[in-house]
Amino acid sequence: MARNREGLVLVIDVGPSMHALLPEVEKVCCLLAQKKLIYGKFDEVGAVAFGTADTKNDLTVEVGGYENVTVLRDIKVVDGDLVDVLQQLPRGSVHGDFLDAIVVGMDMMIKKYRDTNKGKKRLCLITNAVTPTKDPYEGTKEDQVKTVAAQMMSHGMKMDCIVVRAKQDWDVDKKIVEENDFLLTILSNKSSSKVYVESATSLLGALRTRNISPVTIYRGDFELSSKMKIKVWVYKKTSEEKFPSLKKYSDKAPPTDKFATHEIKVDYEYRSIEDPNRVVPPEQRIKGYRYGPQVVPISSAEWDAVKFKPEKGVKLLGFTDASNVMRHYYMKDVNLFIAEPGNTKAILAISALSRAMKEMNKVAIIRCVWRQGQANVVLGVLTPNVSEKDNIPDSFYFNILPFTEDVREFQFPSFSNLPSSMQPNEGQQEAADKLVEMLDLYPAGKEEVLQPDLTPNPVLERFYRSLELKSRDPSASVPPIDVTLRKITEPDTELLDQNRAVIEEFRRAFELKENPKLKKSSRRIREKPSGSNEGDGIAGGGQAMDATEHTSEVKVEKIGDSNPVQDFEAMISRRDSPHWVSKALQSMKNKIFNLVENSFEGDTYQKAFECLIALRKGCILEQEPKQFNDFLYRLNKFCQEKHLGCFSDFLASNNVMLISKTEAPERFDLITMFDLFLRLVRLLAPHLFTKCSDIPEIEARLFPLKEEPKK
Amino acid sequence: MDIDPDDIFRDDDDPENEFYQERDATKEMLVYLVDASPKMFSTTCLSKNEKDVSHFEVALSTILPSLKTQIINRSYDEVAICFFNTREKKNLQDLNGVYVFNVPEREDLDRPTARLIKEFDCVQESFSKQIGSKYGILPGTRDNSLYNALWAAQALLRKGSAKTADKRILLFTNEDDPFGNIKGVTKMDMMRTTIQRAKDAQDLGISIELLPLSRPDDDFNVSTFYADLLGLEGNDLAEVKALAAERFEDMKDQLRKRMFRKRKVRRINFIIANGISIELNTYAVVRPTNPGAITWLDSVTNLPIKAERSFFCSDTGALLQEPPKLFQIYKNENIMFTADELSEIKRVSTGHLHLLGFKPLSCLKDYHNLRPSTFVVPSDEEVVGSTCVFIALHRSMLRLKRFAVAFYGSSTHPQLVALVAQDEIICTRGQVEPPGMHMIYLPYSDDIRHIEELHTDTTPLAPRATEDQIMSAYSLIKRIDLKKFSVCQFANPALQRHYAVLQALALDEDEMPDVKDETLPDEEGFARPGVVKALEELKLCVYGENFEQENDAAGSGKTSEASKKRKAISDNATKEYAKHEWSDLADNGQLKELTVSELKYYLTVHNLPVTGKKEALISRILTHMGK
Repeated sequence: MARNREGLVLVIDVGPSMHALLPEVEKVCCLLAQKKLIYGKFDEVGAVAFGTADTKNDLTVEVGGYENVTVLRDIKVVDGDLVDVLQQLPRGSVHGDFLDAIVVGMDMMIKKYRDTNKGKKRLCLITNAVTPTKDPYEGTKEDQVKTVAAQMMSHGMKMDCIVVRAKQDWDVDKKIVEENDFLLTILSNKSSSKVYVESATSLLGALRTRNISPVTIYRGDFELSSKMKIKVWVYKKTSEEKFPSLKKYSDKAPPTDKFATHEIKVDYEYRSIEDPNRVVPPEQRIKGYRYGPQVVPISSAEWDAVKFKPEKGVKLLGFTDASNVMRHYYMKDVNLFIAEPGNTKAILAISALSRAMKEMNKVAIIRCVWRQGQANVVLGVLTPNVSEKDNIPDSFYFNILPFTEDVREFQFPSFSNLPSSMQPNEGQQEAADKLVEMLDLYPAGKEEVLQPDLTPNPVLERFYRSLELKSRDPSASVPPIDVTLRKITEPDTELLDQNRAVIEEFRRAFELKENPKLKKSSRRIREKPSGSNEGDGIAGGGQAMDATEHTSEVKVEKIGDSNPVQDFEAMISRRDSPHWVSKALQSMKNKIFNLVENSFEGDTYQKAFECLIALRKGCILEQEPKQFNDFLYRLNKFCQEKHLGCFSDFLASNNVMLISKTEAPERFDLITMFDLFLRLVRLLAPHLFTKCSDIPEIEARLFPLKEEPKK
Repeated sequence: MDIDPDDIFRDDDDPENEFYQERDATKEMLVYLVDASPKMFSTTCLSKNEKDVSHFEVALSTILPSLKTQIINRSYDEVAICFFNTREKKNLQDLNGVYVFNVPEREDLDRPTARLIKEFDCVQESFSKQIGSKYGILPGTRDNSLYNALWAAQALLRKGSAKTADKRILLFTNEDDPFGNIKGVTKMDMMRTTIQRAKDAQDLGISIELLPLSRPDDDFNVSTFYADLLGLEGNDLAEVKALAAERFEDMKDQLRKRMFRKRKVRRINFIIANGISIELNTYAVVRPTNPGAITWLDSVTNLPIKAERSFFCSDTGALLQEPPKLFQIYKNENIMFTADELSEIKRVSTGHLHLLGFKPLSCLKDYHNLRPSTFVVPSDEEVVGSTCVFIALHRSMLRLKRFAVAFYGSSTHPQLVALVAQDEIICTRGQVEPPGMHMIYLPYSDDIRHIEELHTDTTPLAPRATEDQIMSAYSLIKRIDLKKFSVCQFANPALQRHYAVLQALALDEDEMPDVKDETLPDEEGFARPGVVKALEELKLCVYGENFEQENDAAGSGKTSEASKKRKAISDNATKEYAKHEWSDLADNGQLKELTVSELKYYLTVHNLPVTGKKEALISRILTHMGK
């Protein structure tokens, strides 16, 4: 066990520019810790934050420097405290230097392990790398980085860098970014990996949360012919991470028994079908195989004597055009063929073959028997995997292909033979073309959305979160699916909004109706469309609301930090007591105040805005317009008092309006509203007028506000 | 009764699994109608191994392999074997000249059994004694054996409705003019009634196929009589022989392959965008075939047994009912979940397919695969217009070379999937690739391993092949090109072997059959001078002159060290081993006074495992000494 334990130091940027992302960082780090608590109980984890106002690390004491780097936790065996630490990362106030932090992390690692644990030491850097690093005392930054990389290598450490590149990189200095990229590339060229992520979803997928030490499934010759052999190693490239299998619980043990395992044993008893009273001992069983209506008993000894026994080995059958092997024939998880490490000639041979195959667009068909005594041969296809990184040799992907018996020759009607009513006309085809083109998950110049390599498994994430909640409160219910992960299970509302016209056109082009002849199973017919969302600004909230309904009923009791909007929605829709509505509204208001008050250069404004929109929607739904309108006024006033005027601007520029009569007709008090409006204009308008030159536009923006009371 | 204990708790409860299992599908009912007239025995033709065989033998040797494959491929299909122009008679209607061959414990038309096959295999030897051959259509009698045969066959096929079963008669004969002996009105009359009989059968949904046997010098003339019987005209007539020849070949060389009827796995809704949702049917087109379900038997009585499962509390040993809660150990605590909570966790989306967007095909990498794909086609059954939407998207995706990314929210395995459009491919033999989309299950980041980076520390700069080396690989690839490769051209050798062994054991065959392993490389092809030369060139180009040494020496960097160490240990052990009188020590019970490392010397020398506690080592030594 202990032999495989991993030593890991998380090096996390908590500087101001990272604040918006820290909730996601917290999530992914917690997930890592939670998984380790199950799969790697002996792994040791430390955590370092940089960009903090404080400084707390050994190096600063020993040699000085290394400011703004805080060791959150020394390298220790994973435990619940680690989860606590990672769940509430500090919000730093200065721009940190990632090189300093890396050195601190390395120092912790070296002090802890010395020369032991080689190859099991990992540093994980999460940063957006937009702030400059300090100049070293001597030499250039490049030299310094090279020294760091060399040190890392000599100590057998690896580093994963996750560099977050958000779309709105405010006022980032291009030069700094380029320099940092360059420095990180030097590091990653040695013994680490570097990934760039743009979205929160990919950030959750980028960190390798579970460390599995891979084992080869085959080591030996790859026979091109009986005379020409290449030494290869074969690993699994993909392998499904399964949902953990839980044990069955027995409550029979007395509560006083501290050593009770609570496990349940399963026992099998075999009985003759004809005479159920007769028990057959397990070793007296024999396998029977169907042959027509009969069953032929064949003992395993008999089988062993006659069954197919292929010789271990990997043999080439030949090459063929890549187009002859269609993608959908890949049968299982994928393997990777690499040349025997350290065997230069083998690496060259694999490199030559894979490069030639890639150029000619060919694939190789091979026959594999991984182990002696394997029950069957595996037939598959090798496709070239030409490496783009200098330090990684070329290799092959291996996919298993079906045998004749595995392909079922079902016939399906040709599309061209279908009646013309089922054939799309020109207009419909055009609408489809547009949809396929515009609903793009790989827009030019941007990150590929939902790249499998960076997409976490939402089910596992939810399980581990639920596990953590239950460990704190055994009665905790299953949490709703994380907002960030909802981008995996549901279409991105932003993308849909951008392509509203295209989708609308597509919808209009085709006529879909329920088959009138079928009455049953209407349940399965189309989900009710998510409704026309009032106002564009609220679209996101509306979708989320619908989604919570079908994914989960949860009993949320307070509004937390990570998903205030979600918590609020869950809370306000609780129907088990009338208090919940008012409690939800009140907590949300407090939350918004807190967010606005505690913001640093506006970093929480977006979140506060989202909360405000949710509150507005909630107030409309609950017919409590006054609550929101009063609150909006108070909020504006509050901002002015605290000199947080920019939030008022932010709200104005995002068209946050008072709730009008049409939206909440039942409980609308005209006089109060008018009064409120006057106060609000008095408060807001001068401030806006002084700042903006375009007065008519502001008037237009305020127009809906003005109009309502006049009615 | 088919419960395999290992299977019950398998965690990967693939919801689709239950659908793969066969059911009583629409079945085929087939009557082999074999002419047993003396002419079938007297005329001979050359068989493959240059031996004269009678037409009767040819017919039998065609039917036998066909039965053997049928019992594996479609064991629920029913079959009857019926001879006509026989001396003896055995049939329900007691018609002259018709003999229905059967074995006990089986209806005349029934599923084939091992016994049927076994006895049919030796029917020829006992034929003249038990059944006898006698031409049935003679002047002077009113007997019409062909008419009788058709009638008997029709009567056999009476069971089962024409809707659920496909009923056929396969007629083997070498007599193109069955009424040649008869003259005048009687002949006309007989021909008329026989043709009417055949027509009646066809009206009942029974199809009659003719497999004519002919000699080179005496061609079987279909138009003399059988064209009328089968109702053939024009083109059909010309094709009959070609088809028959093909048929003969097919029946002999059929691959043992369990057949699956086309059934949809499930119906799902594909939600494209707000309010647009179409209906799809999914099919399992490619799935690994297993040898079939195992039935556990009691080896003493050979009767089936059933498994009964019971739960015990490991702490108290109390017998429990099905436990309601599951738990996971976390932070040294038992965290409990109910089954409902677990399924709630897995329910991250509704059970539909949600379209998320489109990507260029190049984004679908070769390693983005976990399971066999599922085929989807549209259906208008519930939502009219689905097919139209689907076809439009299908065409756009093909034209723009894009695939759709969607989330498939199945209740047990919610997953991201790629929908790849596949155009229809047709060749002369029919549809090769049906039109539709293939749903490819994509891995999550948690499922992908970064193997490439694993060995980077040993190679700061990875060697790359030079232009020359790539060129020699290039010419090799050109040499060993499988031009006509198709994905499923190889039979599964283990499965074929399994079926063959099963058949041999079921039929008590003496010899174990030898199944050819088609998956072995084509030795002849690789021995062609061109290929050998290309291989040599690549070898020379990459490995240089001394390939053998290099290859042995390389990679031995690590292993040689390990093997040296191993050798040192064993040398040392041999030396130390000699210091003790092992047998005496064992007899006097003094082994336990030795240290573990001393005990290990004995084990090492005798190539026994050296792991375990001291007691285990001692008992292993004692067992080895036979004490």
